[in-house]
Order: sequence, then structure tokens, then C-alpha cells
Amino acid sequence: MTFFFEVLIGGLLAGVMYSLVALGFVLIYKASGVFNFAQGAMVFFAALTFVGLQEHFGISFWWAFAITLGVMIALGVSIERVVLRPLVNQPQITLFMATIGLTFFLEGLVQMVWGTNVYPLNLGIGDDPIESVLENFDMIISRFDLIAALIAGLLVAVLAVFFHVTKIGRALRAVADDHQAALSVGIPLKTIWAIVWSVAGFVALVAGLMWGARTGVQFALTFIALKALPVLILGGFDSVLGAIVAGLIIGATEKLAEVYLGPYVGGGIEGWFAYVAALLFLLVRPEGLFGEKHIDRV
Amino acid sequence: MFYREAGQFKASYAEDQALFPIRQDRIGVGIILAIAFVGVPLFAGDYWLSAILIPFLVFSLAALGLNILTGYAGQLSLGSAAFMAVGAFAAYNFQLRVPGIPILASFALGGLTAAMAGIVFGLPSLRIKGFYLAVATLAAQFFIPWLLVKVGWFSNYSPSGVISAQDIVILGFAFDTPVRKYLFVLAIVAVLALSAKNLVRSRIGRAWMAVRDMDVAAEVIGIRIMRTKLIAFAVSSFYCGIAGALYAFAYLGSVEPDGFNLDLSFRILFMVIIGGIGSILGSFLGAAFIILLPILLEVILHDAASLLGLQLEPGTVSMAQLVVFGALIIFFLIVEPHGLARLWQIAKEKLRLWPFPH
Repeated sequence: MTFFFEVLIGGLLAGVMYSLVALGFVLIYKASGVFNFAQGAMVFFAALTFVGLQEHFGISFWWAFAITLGVMIALGVSIERVVLRPLVNQPQITLFMATIGLTFFLEGLVQMVWGTNVYPLNLGIGDDPIESVLENFDMIISRFDLIAALIAGLLVAVLAVFFHVTKIGRALRAVADDHQAALSVGIPLKTIWAIVWSVAGFVALVAGLMWGARTGVQFALTFIALKALPVLILGGFDSVLGAIVAGLIIGATEKLAEVYLGPYVGGGIEGWFAYVAALLFLLVRPEGLFGEKHIDRV
Repeated sequence: MFYREAGQFKASYAEDQALFPIRQDRIGVGIILAIAFVGVPLFAGDYWLSAILIPFLVFSLAALGLNILTGYAGQLSLGSAAFMAVGAFAAYNFQLRVPGIPILASFALGGLTAAMAGIVFGLPSLRIKGFYLAVATLAAQFFIPWLLVKVGWFSNYSPSGVISAQDIVILGFAFDTPVRKYLFVLAIVAVLALSAKNLVRSRIGRAWMAVRDMDVAAEVIGIRIMRTKLIAFAVSSFYCGIAGALYAFAYLGSVEPDGFNLDLSFRILFMVIIGGIGSILGSFLGAAFIILLPILLEVILHDAASLLGLQLEPGTVSMAQLVVFGALIIFFLIVEPHGLARLWQIAKEKLRLWPFPH
């Protein structure tokens, strides 16, 4: 039973990491209706820029963080200006394809600047078991996972406050609710989009740092976007809460399945299990856990 | 002046229902087919045939399959490479395990197997729509290659799942040189493309378009949604399956399940979008564009580098290629969101009057 809980908690904490990535998707989808496939590339972009700055210029953590944040904001603003604005009113699939093009662009650009090496990233948090839990409950829970989960929780809290208290946050929610209505009461749509992409860039930076510290900053980071997609459809594209809850569910079931189901089918199921799980769930609730229910009218 | 349908009257039902009702189209298609079947084999070298033209035809077929599903029936799918894998491995296994089976029969059976896989993974489309469905089709994209690697039987227990496709022999005639392989692929693609052209204007094709435009409205006017969507998945996967079999048998020779990855699916999707969504011609134009672009980019980048006297590392060049590729995709989507097929339509409008001003 201890082992079960160990796997479960490990899965839940890993799930939080998925949520971090899924959060970036949700923010952009909510505000602009764009399914931003480039989120994974943005995570990679942010992480590699961060370690690249540290490696090549030897600057401190906070300077590198600030500069990378500036780069991500500039990126968000220019994406809005160069990619999104000319594509206003195009069907969603066109925008989706544009973000896939953006994925290639970002992946190529960042590796052209910083090279294709694998960089280690040390945030000063040890990836070792927490002693008190190990002694009292005989479970191995990684300190790193726990701190990552705390940071993710903090990030969500900050975003929630930002959305509910500030003026920009209210405008964001208005835009998410109805573009036309938001425009007609005088909310500047373009500014809002630029802000949302910048915020998504910030989330990508945080996710990139956490994932980069975990796996090393390398091209494989872009694949974690694929890990976030089942989280996204399970939670619903337009729900921040959904991204968190679904991240926990996917993380836990994935780990449990890998441990208890994996041996029977020869292992390696983590590549698709989350998708199949999310798919089966969608058959029951097509709009995800917390997604907005669509009523189709002719 | 050159493209004018004025004066072409349809006097019988047969003429009215012809696949290409306008004379210029008939002549145009005839010329293209003549060039493809006679001109190209006479003049194209082996490199052009086996490195550009064969993959172009194979990917056109795959793009055509995805276009049927996404462009005509409106169901976004990111799993086309997986269905190609099913087609390739099924054709290989039929050829391997059924003694004396004709190669065309194993291709057809491979396509049908892919169609069945398509129906299974298309079932969620009855409940799920839009991007939720697109992500759900990724389940196929990750599950099928995994299954093909894990179950050794599919690859005849080869260590890493690599299969070497059998030779293509029809009635004792071996299609072994690039020219022969090209003709073999071309014949299959031509037949399937014309059938697709015919299919999309039939009853089922119109039903697909009705579902694409608004599925609730389509249901109200009496189209059976479930049947229509599943047929779209089946036909689309059949095309992708045949394309996969050709990919393995005529293009690469030996393939592994991991070769049919998400990147391949995206490339096929790019072909559909760049070429023109909901257009048979567009699938071919898009495939040509996506196949030729990286080759062109490589040549141009190398030339530009040597012109500027820069010493480029191979890594930098491939990264620059990625950057330009991504930027060009975005550029194309911005200037012509309806794809290359739309450009051809505009050209036809212009040709109607050209060279006269009115």
C-alpha cells in the first residue's frame, strides 16, 4: 500500500508539471481562440535562452530570468503583430497551422543562436527524497517534485488573482467570453492578445525552467507539449482549473498504469496511455471536465 | 479567351455528369497525364524519379486521403502517418503470409486494413468535435506505431521493427528500376485521384460537405451523421494506407514503425493546408510544395553561404532551414489562406478574358 501511495503521489506531482505546460495553452485559447501548438516550442525557447545567457555570459539567475522574460514578452508582442493580426477572422485550423509553422520557426531560431547542445540547468533544488517523509511514512517523495508543485500552485494563484482583480484581467476575461462584445465596449483586442501571449511566454519560462532542471535543456523539451495535450482535452481547452485538475488525474493514472499495467503489455505505454485515457473520458463528456458546454444551433 | 466554357452545350445526361465537364479541363488533364506517363519517364533521371517524383506522388496520395477527411468531411486528424503505417505493415504481412497473393491484392487489403483502423479511431468523432477530436486522433498516432513495435509478429520478428518490403512483381514483370516503380506508383495514384474526384461529387461526397459545413443542419435534412463520418474516416484511411504501402514498397524499400511519426502527419497536414483544403488538385500542389521546398532551401542556403564566403556548420544550415520553412508556412497562410488551389482558380478567372481587357 505504501508503494501504491508513493507511485500515486509521484504521479500527482509529475502531473503538476504537465499542468504548467497546459496552462499556457489554456491562456491563449481562452483569450484568442487559437490552439497554440507552439507552446512546447516556447517552453524550449525560454529554457534554452535562459541557460544560453547563463552559460555564455555568466550572469546571475535573476538577471538571466529578467532578460529571458523580456525576450518572451517581445516574442509574444511580435507574434501578435506578425502572425495573428494578419490572420484575424481566418478559420481556426488556419491559425492552428500557423502556430505549427511558428513551432518550426522558434525551434530553428533558438538552436541557431545557442546551438544544439544539451545544457544542464541547476536551480539549486536537489532531486533527492525528503527525509522526514522517508522516515515517517517510508515513502520516497522527491523534494524537487514537491517544490515544482508548490511553484505551479503559486503561479496559478497569481494568475487567478491577476484575472480577477486587475483591470487587464477583467478585460482578458471579457475577451475570452465574447470577442465582439468586448470590442464593442471598447476593450483593445490587439493589446489584450499581446498581453496574453506575453503571459503565456512567462508561463512557458517557468515551465521551461522546471522541466529544464528536471531533464536538462534539450530538444526533447518540445515533446512535453505533447504530454500536455491530453491534459488539455481532459480538462477542457478553456478552463484554468481544468488544466490543473486534469494534470493531476493524467499524472496519477499514467504513473499507476505504467507501474501496474505496463508489465502485462511490455511497457513503454506512457507515450499513448494518457491519450487513450483522455479519449475514453471524452466519450462520456465531449467538452472535457470543465470545458464550456456547447449547444449547437442550426 | 483560352479558358472559356461559353458555347459548350450539354446535350445529354452523360455529358452533364462528365467528370470534367469543360473541354479545356479534359484537354489539360489529358496533357498532364500524357506528360506524366510518357514524357517524364523519357527525360527524367534516376535521381529525379526516385528522390523527388515518387515521394511526390506517394505524399500526394496521402494528402489526398487527409484532404477527404479534413477538407471534405471537416474532421481534423493528426494521425494520418499512423494509418500509412497500418497500410504499409498490412501489405507487407499479406504479401509475406499469404502464398501467391498478387501484389495489387495485398495493397488493396492493406488499404482495407487501414480503413478498418480508421473506422475504429474515427468512432470518437461521433461525440467529439474540432480540436478535441484532433488531439484525440493523436491517440492513433502514438498507439499504432507502439503496437507495431511491441508485437513482433507484425514485422516478422525483426529486432527493431524494421521491415524490408518485397519486390513489386505483377504477372512476372518486375517493377525494379526507378522508371518502372515510378510508372507503377503513377498508375495507382492516377486511378485513385480520379476516383476521389468522382467520389466527392457523388451523394456521399455531398453528404461529407454538408457535415463539414454544419453537422447539426446536415442531420436535420436527413443525413446519417454516423455513417457519413465513419465512411469519411474509412475512405481517408484507405487512401493513406495505400500511400503507406507505396511509401514502403516503391519509395523507401524498408521502413520502421517509428518512421511514421507525428512529423510525417504534420507534413501531410501542411500539404493539405498549403495546397488548399477541400481540393483534389490542392493535394498535389501542396505535396509538390512541401517536397520541393526543403530541397530548394538547402540549395539556396548553401549557395548563399558560399557567395558570402561564410563557413556554415551543417547544424546551422539545417536550423536555418527550419526557420525559413516555418516562416514560409506562416507567410503562405497569411497571403493565401485558401491555399495554392485558390491561386489556380484565380488564374482560371483571369484566363477567361486574357489577353483582352473585357
